[in-house]
Amino acid sequence: MSNTLNFEGWVCPIPLRDHPNIVMGHGGGGKLSAELVEHLFLPAFKNEILDNLGDSAILKLTGDRLAFSTDSYVVQPLFFPGGNIGDLAVNGTINDIAMSGATPLYLSSGFILEEGLSLEALGTIADSMGAAARAAGVALVTGDTKVVDRGHGDGVFINTSGFGLIPEGVDIKPTNARPGDVVIVSGEIGTHGIAIMSVREGLEFETVIETDSAPLHGLVAEMLAVSREIHVLRDPTRGGVASATNEIAQAAKVGIVLHERKLPVAPAVHAACELLGMDPIYVANEGKLLAIVPPNVAEPLLERMRLHPLGTKAAIIGEVTSQHPGMVVAKTGLGATRVVDMQIGEQLPRIC
Amino acid sequence: MKYLDEFRNPDLAEKLLEDIHRLAKQPWAIMEVCGGQTHSIIRNGIDQLLPDTIELIHGPGCPVCVTPLEMIDKALAIAAQPGVIFCSFGDMLRVPGSEKDLFRIKSEGGDVRIVYSPLDAVKIARENPEREVVFFGIGFETTAPANAMAVFQAKQQGLTNFSMLVSHVLVPPAIAAIMESPTSRVQGFLAAGHVCSVMGYWEYDPLVEKYQIPIVITGFEPLDVLEGIRMTVRQLEEGRAEVENAYPRSVKYEGNEPAQKMLADIFQVTDRTWRGIGEIPRSGWKLSDAYRDFDAEIKYAVSDIRTQESALCRSGEVLQGLIKPNQCAAFGKECTPRKPLGATMVSSEGACAAYFQYGRFTALDQPVIELESA
Repeated sequence: MSNTLNFEGWVCPIPLRDHPNIVMGHGGGGKLSAELVEHLFLPAFKNEILDNLGDSAILKLTGDRLAFSTDSYVVQPLFFPGGNIGDLAVNGTINDIAMSGATPLYLSSGFILEEGLSLEALGTIADSMGAAARAAGVALVTGDTKVVDRGHGDGVFINTSGFGLIPEGVDIKPTNARPGDVVIVSGEIGTHGIAIMSVREGLEFETVIETDSAPLHGLVAEMLAVSREIHVLRDPTRGGVASATNEIAQAAKVGIVLHERKLPVAPAVHAACELLGMDPIYVANEGKLLAIVPPNVAEPLLERMRLHPLGTKAAIIGEVTSQHPGMVVAKTGLGATRVVDMQIGEQLPRIC
Repeated sequence: MKYLDEFRNPDLAEKLLEDIHRLAKQPWAIMEVCGGQTHSIIRNGIDQLLPDTIELIHGPGCPVCVTPLEMIDKALAIAAQPGVIFCSFGDMLRVPGSEKDLFRIKSEGGDVRIVYSPLDAVKIARENPEREVVFFGIGFETTAPANAMAVFQAKQQGLTNFSMLVSHVLVPPAIAAIMESPTSRVQGFLAAGHVCSVMGYWEYDPLVEKYQIPIVITGFEPLDVLEGIRMTVRQLEEGRAEVENAYPRSVKYEGNEPAQKMLADIFQVTDRTWRGIGEIPRSGWKLSDAYRDFDAEIKYAVSDIRTQESALCRSGEVLQGLIKPNQCAAFGKECTPRKPLGATMVSSEGACAAYFQYGRFTALDQPVIELESA
């Protein structure tokens, strides 16, 4: 069968046809559960390890250092310009693994479904997870599904965990940032957060802003081919570049200086942020990375990154300093300095 | 971005700064009235680039900062009622009332929603006829026309489930109150450009006349703010006290007359308490008698809620430029951005929050980069 789920084309899923929406029984461990797995998840995720349907996936590995990560996805709305919760859940965990320089290999997926969720929506989500995993060369090898009463969930929550192998000689972690290092961003910032907000808040912009959700391990592999001296990698998701750099500054007990004029921001995102009174430096990304690298490898890295489709707009945006340890400051457009603090909660649209 | 990037041009900013440095011969204290201007000053670091002799005093023009504690408590009481959908601009959600904030009410089951326009709240009311929808109508003259329009539309559409908790404040009475204060140090004002887009600047003629103080209508982008400062310093150095317009691309002398007409119909002038400052006579708007059915204070009988401000918090003196934030005993101790006592510590451009950040930075032992003038 094709990768696109088409309920009309199915031969035997009588129970699924009987229930166009998720019912409590889909999480009950009986026939309905089994049929959901057989007819919805297995075709979408399709791989040999999963097809064995054991209680656990059995995996062979060659290597001695694993990067292991988990993340839960609760995004609303479930579908947004350029993606949905499914591909976000796959790419997000791939990126967490890739930020250790590892090659992601296997993912698990846990679903918490709300009674009443349409099977068509779930099918589309599962399908895009499968597609995202295949595109990234990773396998979804084990999973779980639970159903909660209507009103006790938000359609679907997804947890993905995963791991990958770290190549020999690669040592990437936040505490490695050193004074003198250079901060690189792989592309335009703030896109995902604005894409979500544009649909969540019912904002009508003239241009549709699509999420930047993408798996970054390919770009990381290219970067490691240039130099294994990369000190830190980070994907600036929630809290944006501001939070990610603050976390690094605190972990490594160094200061970071960012140059506002060098931060790449797409014109539509810039305009939306102006309209909403938001600062793109705090807005979430899902397909961008920050790299902190010794100055001597910065230029060759940048050159190679710009050849990769996910790095065409890569830029040097700052440097690490021994001054103001634990703090991030930005040089403003006018050449003054301001402190870039972590936010306390969500960034809120300002009234004035 | 067209009409924005031009007003952030660093080369032109450099020229304006050179001009200001050349003009400023004596020390001057200038108050920017509007929170949007404070935001621009902090965000761009404009205060660091000015001559040491020019002091910017952050004025009481952040609507979030001056909305009185009592009004926040009224909002919380209404938002907690079952069946109510309470709509607000985003940055009001984190402002602490005496015990909670709107985020807390939401977590406890209140239906609190962020909207971008009061007209969205009217739409929610129309779509949810079985629910009561309340909009938190705060702000200066800038946000007033949209709030007035929301009430006007609700009445036209015959909506009985829409009301507004109004806490509008007005700029000219606040300027007068600051000038009446015997301890005021302010020698010139940057007036709020967007307020003047609506109201014009005819209201400032009597103030200039009475207090002999320069008032310059100023915009919000870095070049706008610098131009406003330049014109104010020039007036001060030349011994003039006039109303000047440094924001002519947006502001006309007479303002937006249709908007003013609607405001006069829907609102009426009232005494208003300003957080941290106290009551200023005739310094706010409430709904006029013709629209009293839409007044949430009456509808939910919350007029009796009376709240005292924190005894520790001296944000009123900060807002009037009488003390620096770090001269308050609670600063950085009982009061931090995470646990603010007063609204000037809440919003990132509030004078106390801004000071907290920079204090952290400049207090470091190491020499710091380019912050000598901060």
